Amino acid sequence: MEIEECFFTKEHEWVSVDGDVATIGISEYAAGELGDIVFIEFPDVGQKVKQMDPVGTIEAVKTVAELFSPVTGEIIEINEEVVDNPEIVNKSPYEEGWFMKIRMDKSSELDVLFSYEEYNDFLGEE
Amino acid sequence: MTGTIFEKGLHGRSGKYIPENDCPVDEALLPIQRKSSLGLPRIAEQGVIRHYMELASKNYHIDKGIYPLGSCTMKYNPVVNEEIARDNAFCGLHPAQDEADVQGALELIFNLQEALCEICGMDSFTLQPVAGAHGELTGIMIARDYFRERGEDRKFVIVPDSAHGTNPASVSTCGFTPVTLKSDERGMINPADLKEIISSETAVLMLTLPNTLGLFERDIGKIIEIAHDAGALVYMDGANMNALMGIVQPGKIGIDIMHLNLHKTFSTPHGGGGPGSGPVGVREHLSAFLPVPRVVKKIDSFEFSWGPEKSIGKVHSYFGNFNVLVKAYAYICRLGAKGLREVSENAIINANYLMELVGRFYDVKYPGPCMHEFVASAVNLKKHGVSTLDVAKRLLDYGVHAPTVYFPLIVKEALMIEPVETEKKETLDRFAGIMEKISREAAENPDLLHEAPVSTPVRRLDEACAARNPDFRWYEGK
Repeated sequence: MEIEECFFTKEHEWVSVDGDVATIGISEYAAGELGDIVFIEFPDVGQKVKQMDPVGTIEAVKTVAELFSPVTGEIIEINEEVVDNPEIVNKSPYEEGWFMKIRMDKSSELDVLFSYEEYNDFLGEE
Repeated sequence: MTGTIFEKGLHGRSGKYIPENDCPVDEALLPIQRKSSLGLPRIAEQGVIRHYMELASKNYHIDKGIYPLGSCTMKYNPVVNEEIARDNAFCGLHPAQDEADVQGALELIFNLQEALCEICGMDSFTLQPVAGAHGELTGIMIARDYFRERGEDRKFVIVPDSAHGTNPASVSTCGFTPVTLKSDERGMINPADLKEIISSETAVLMLTLPNTLGLFERDIGKIIEIAHDAGALVYMDGANMNALMGIVQPGKIGIDIMHLNLHKTFSTPHGGGGPGSGPVGVREHLSAFLPVPRVVKKIDSFEFSWGPEKSIGKVHSYFGNFNVLVKAYAYICRLGAKGLREVSENAIINANYLMELVGRFYDVKYPGPCMHEFVASAVNLKKHGVSTLDVAKRLLDYGVHAPTVYFPLIVKEALMIEPVETEKKETLDRFAGIMEKISREAAENPDLLHEAPVSTPVRRLDEACAARNPDFRWYEGK
């Protein structure tokens, strides 16, 4: 996965697109802000989600955050590894620490997301 | 670190006070006689006392010093309340006793219901729920049955992001879907934003007042009007009522349902795991839905009423945590209307005074005036590589309890500080002085903070490990 080709949300999720399948996770910045992640909960495979619907809960030592779906579609795969070992997300947010794959209904939704450069600019403002 | 009481008693010691059995044993009972040891600690009386004294001296509590845990109202609880609640006339009662034998207890429940109605401007109160979140659930159940009776199918409950974290959970548990309302740049609900998301499918607007930023909603009148115009009920999380007593009667400004935390506002020791009490008050149109039994007054007696049929039923065994009700009633009687107002005024003055002092060295994103608490932030120390957690841990080295940290979620590196009304000016000055000193240490010697605490019985704990692999068990010989 090339991080420069990913899309990002204001809520710090990243999306990597392969055909109509979007792989999502959270950015390195988000993982750093959350600190040690201790528990992750995802919906079941097969669930349909709308863009920016909550699709999971990320619990860190100091806080609990919601995960938002960057796209509309159906959840087709969950990364069980991060559910069992959430610390993977802190170690490798863009590689082993991916969360789930969603089959997108319409890839035009990606237009409203940030590009890598736009996301970095956004972080600069935060 | 202190070992468990079991570890201290493993070397053949004992505090044996039970004499050997000198009665004949029924043969028939022998097969079921216990063979294994009882597993009690093998320790003599003095060892027991020393063990618990050691733990008590290591513990930090309100009797030792300031406990500025935001949102928790860790205030001093007058001893007289304890004495009254411990009186055998109250604690010797059994909840299943006949009404005629417990008239005094019923009178106390009735009078407390009336007092809370007066303080909150509500028409009726139930004292059954035993925690704040339990009160929330009870209140939302009342709203659910209210709309069910009217034949209205409303699915959503709007919860501002400045509300207590339990609110959305209570909403979900009750079958509604929580919808988050973002607060505006003032840290408050913006009526225009509320209008955007409210609809005929909104059942309840559930707000915390004052909110978790310690702010009173400036537009509360408009906010309630918008909710009522949409046909929704307005629920107030009244856990922060210690800022409003004698100043605002929520029922009189249009709040339909609210709960109180007697173990915060009305002086029951809090933070030791309970017991708590979360009474729920409603206005007239919802009174029939309150849990039963309710205590009612007859001409010269008090009795339980099991009507009306619309009631959501029982939410707890018997009548809630009666012992906490006794303390709350004693507290209210002793202070009276004037005293309760002074409690709130002092809580507000203390918080504003401390915010002014702490705000000189830390960020305060939403400047005052605040109510009973305020939210500062250590985000200005980030440039030294210091986090809020480091500040909190360093406070322990100076012998004070840390404030609530990383809550509310809408403030980065939050330090949520509630000094409470029972702390005097010198204590606040000392706390502010320590906060100032820590901000200087952050700039001059950040490692002091990274390594903190160094003077506590245990150093910095591996919280991630504790959360990922919790192990609460202890085995003999382990």
